[in-house]
Amino acid sequence: MSHLSIATAGEFAPARYRPATKLGVTGFGFYVYLLSDAILFSALFATFAVLKTATAGGPTARDLFELKNVGLETACLLTSSFVCGLAMQAAEARRPRELIALLGVVFLLGAGFLGLEIREFAGMIAAGAGPDRSAFLSAFFALVGAHGLHITVGLIWIGLLAAHLTTMGFSESYHRRLFCFSLFWHVLDVVWIAIFTFVYLLGVQS
Amino acid sequence: MTETVAPLPTHLRTPGTDARGSTGRWPTYAVGFALAASLTIASFALARGHWLTPASLVAALVVLAIAQMIVHLIFFLHITTAPAQKTNILALLLTLLIISLVVIGSLWIMAQLSTHMMPMDQLMQMQR
Repeated sequence: MSHLSIATAGEFAPARYRPATKLGVTGFGFYVYLLSDAILFSALFATFAVLKTATAGGPTARDLFELKNVGLETACLLTSSFVCGLAMQAAEARRPRELIALLGVVFLLGAGFLGLEIREFAGMIAAGAGPDRSAFLSAFFALVGAHGLHITVGLIWIGLLAAHLTTMGFSESYHRRLFCFSLFWHVLDVVWIAIFTFVYLLGVQS
Repeated sequence: MTETVAPLPTHLRTPGTDARGSTGRWPTYAVGFALAASLTIASFALARGHWLTPASLVAALVVLAIAQMIVHLIFFLHITTAPAQKTNILALLLTLLIISLVVIGSLWIMAQLSTHMMPMDQLMQMQR
């Protein structure tokens, strides 16, 4: 008895000639979307790199960024990516309670990340270093804000996944959605690596 | 129980799954997590400490970031260079090409523009 019946169509055909599974097709399509999202982020990164020094006499990266806060954000996001992997396995083993608990942990860590980021943004805006201060800050808020927006969407998605599981239980389509979410979440973590390296760690050097 | 799932044909493999169509086992994630965490700690330690010259620090941080992205791709997204994942790798490579065109191209063009542009104060004087 297979729990994860992703190879139902043409189960008895020789492996090579089996039609692509729905999970395979959806997963690949979502992966292509994520790659296009990476291109969107690369445009924002390029903008930031060009405008990095255009501070218009305002505060620079060195004045604004606190590496301690960035370290905490990184820890939250990396751990949540790991827990998300564990959640996928709980789903494959059809353990709903464990899955809900792990999704809860992913949500809390993501919300923690978002809270730290909002606090940082609010502090900067209150100190007169909002996106309207200089081209450098506009580019910074656009890039890091776009990532934060993705995280927000991810948090809403976790809520929907939890509600879906509690009301309708496991199904093939549920697994597909959870799978797309896990890809989304892992890719956001990859984008964050680029942000903490190129924006924060390299930003405070110059 | 998941062991009974028939192996997926190699050319149909989804990014994020292994041969069984499964998303891997927890030790894989634990190894990835440990590697990623140590690379992150190394990045932050290097950026905070003053052991390297500015140029070598930039190089070190870039290398660490790329290494960590590869760790994420392999251990979390399960993208490898296996022949089974040809489509995934090709899509990834095309994306990397576009990303490098966008980033390097923008920086190049804007740097050229600012070298060839008259300094702002002279420009202002001409306009007077």
